[in-house]
Amino acid sequence: MSTIVEALTLSAPAERLRGRLEGSPLARRAEIFDLDLPTIEVAAEDWLALARFLRDDPGCRFDLYLDLAGVDNLRRPGRKTRFEAVVHLHSLTHNEHIRVKVLLPDAESPSLATAIDVWPAANWFEREAFDLFGFQFPGHPNLRRILCHDAFVGNALRKDYPPGQRWFFAEEDLRWPDWAKDTDARAGHFETQTISIGPSHPATHGIVHLIARLDGERIVRAETQIGYMHRCFEKMSETHTWNQVIPYTDRLNYVSAMINGVGYVRTVERMLGIEVPKRGVLIRTILSEFSRIMDHCVNIGANLVDMGALTNFWYLFQNRENIYSLLEACCGARLTVSYVRVGGLAIDVPADFVARCRALLESIPTFVDDVEKLVTNNRILRNRFQGTGLVTKEQAIGWGFTGPMLRASGVAYDVRRAQPYDFYDQFDWDIPIGTDGDNFARYLCRIEEMRQSLKIIRQALDIFPASGPVNSDDWHVVLPPKDAVYHDMESLIYHFKIIMEGIRVPKGERYDWIEGANGELGYYAISDGGGGPYRLKVRPPCFPMMAAFEKIIEGGSISDAVATLGSLNIIAGELER
Amino acid sequence: MFGRGKALPGHGADKGTAPGGAVDSGPADFLTTRLETMVGWARSNSLWPLPFATACCGIEFMSVVSSHYDLSRFGAEVVRFSPRQADLLIVAGTVVDKLGPTLRRIYDQMPEPKWVISMGVCASSGGFYRAYHVTQGIDEIVPVDVYVPGCPPTPEELMYGILELQRKIQAGEKSRDTRSAKAAEGSRYLWSPGERTPDEKSDPVKPAAG
Repeated sequence: MSTIVEALTLSAPAERLRGRLEGSPLARRAEIFDLDLPTIEVAAEDWLALARFLRDDPGCRFDLYLDLAGVDNLRRPGRKTRFEAVVHLHSLTHNEHIRVKVLLPDAESPSLATAIDVWPAANWFEREAFDLFGFQFPGHPNLRRILCHDAFVGNALRKDYPPGQRWFFAEEDLRWPDWAKDTDARAGHFETQTISIGPSHPATHGIVHLIARLDGERIVRAETQIGYMHRCFEKMSETHTWNQVIPYTDRLNYVSAMINGVGYVRTVERMLGIEVPKRGVLIRTILSEFSRIMDHCVNIGANLVDMGALTNFWYLFQNRENIYSLLEACCGARLTVSYVRVGGLAIDVPADFVARCRALLESIPTFVDDVEKLVTNNRILRNRFQGTGLVTKEQAIGWGFTGPMLRASGVAYDVRRAQPYDFYDQFDWDIPIGTDGDNFARYLCRIEEMRQSLKIIRQALDIFPASGPVNSDDWHVVLPPKDAVYHDMESLIYHFKIIMEGIRVPKGERYDWIEGANGELGYYAISDGGGGPYRLKVRPPCFPMMAAFEKIIEGGSISDAVATLGSLNIIAGELER
Repeated sequence: MFGRGKALPGHGADKGTAPGGAVDSGPADFLTTRLETMVGWARSNSLWPLPFATACCGIEFMSVVSSHYDLSRFGAEVVRFSPRQADLLIVAGTVVDKLGPTLRRIYDQMPEPKWVISMGVCASSGGFYRAYHVTQGIDEIVPVDVYVPGCPPTPEELMYGILELQRKIQAGEKSRDTRSAKAAEGSRYLWSPGERTPDEKSDPVKPAAG
């Protein structure tokens, strides 16, 4: 906390946390700070004990493992250690987020105990930190590279790794899991065979590689390999200014690009402490909800295509085309919109924005109804969806699920309701939840969420100001109007400073999160006072789901695995960043 | 099918050599052409694309084959996911180094004649991912016939790319260039292999031999 003075009095959640810790053996070994979130700082050797305490203590119950971000403090003087592992947790019981910083004193081989036994969700997050930062996790069952290819040398997100340095990768370099190398005879059954699905396969939705051992048609063991789409978002954001990162965020979850941008700029805005006018916020909300509908359209459409129901795809995609037209009218781009800016939007919406939105509110339900009529009671769909891809409530929480996947398993956690942001607390809408936790429940949840999004949009349009600014008037952050830039010196200087140097975000850090189309989308940003992020970590909603995929499909057949993969809503750009 | 006594485009007639040509007198149920023109015409209008869709461009590719834009108008809608059944590889989206060998294998599995469209700037040059894990253009790996710029390209742009490819097929042009051999030789260290200036700030410094 080099720049933030520790407050004498802690906020209520942090104080409560301190009270709980008082009674434990960890009391003197963990420090509590009050940043944007209650933050516990702990040494590596105490991490596992603290983890167990945070999960099990009735006053804590941090059961949702959200994210693990490595931080390299090489160019950030004044920190206690060069490496930190920053974990974000959520308590469904108390509806609170916290941050735990694990200090890793050994700069040569930073190491901390694995938390897989406490939260199974830690599995892939720890592999990622191993890959990109070189953190060691003693006790981890499968500590291999996950995002970078197997011939990669070095740890890409360390500050001393050059952003553009590549390593040659050939087919024979691909490392298979050890169990897959066993000969079929050793596996004990004459019908057992190991197959490889992907990386390029029509059912893999982007590029995912599944290695599965089959006994007859039943999957007895599986492992997912990813990294075929790792395009270095986090390293790129460290080499660009705050506003230049916005186009990169669009390409995380490119199916609902707008939501990613909103999540990112909200984080930066709250670091800066600036407010966006109501009109700007509502435009973001409306377009985000339309994006959520688009996302569910693609997800359901593609999922059904995988099972042979092509017609629905055309129906659902026509919805997307209609929404694309709205986005195109607003900002000129269809898919990767880059419409938001820190402090507001790139430009105001066209004059017929409200009319266009209302027209969409009329047309979208008819498409959704058509799809429902076609497939919801379809015998084949039900046979393939009901009872497949089962995830129980406990599993979903343990694996770190959020979004429709979690809700379909019966947990009514939606960020828009649990920690309302923007104007979500003023809207009347319902959270659809499932009870069965199977593919069918997820399908129904998504269908209903589209209707609820329409409901939100309708209410947002009712309170939408007909005119007014969309941008903050803080010219340290927002570009002054072009007219002013051409005619007065001061505006020209502001313009120059923002373009050439980037926005100056105060030193500090922030984790901010919103409800993405497939779960909690979080951004953990660290600023060292420069024009761009020192570190920017995305909490990708589909990462923990993909990590659990190999467990979900065990015991099922290949065809069930295909249906399940489609229902997870995996977006490669966000999964691997 | 071809009208009456019409010469097909690309026929020698429009180059002034006129080895055959239209017969104007009376009804005629034949045409004259060269075999390669005929074959090129047939090939160019029955492309079977294999979408190697990795990222955002893949979503726009879906738009192109969906009802609104309807790629079948140009005879290229029979999307095939098996390389053995396809003759047009559309690489839609970023290709990263880990995916390179897969892309090459898929290309090698396609029967001749085959063509490649690089859709979007990532596939064409790495785009704005000038980074440690991103292939700086798929022409490091496979020869590309048509590059479609855009991030992602609009459906109209991709369609123009396909029309452009059809023109090339009719004219018998074929790209054979690839930079892969150069990238693969020698050290396992890869300097962003596009022929770009190495003195930009973000470029790595090549380590000493060894």
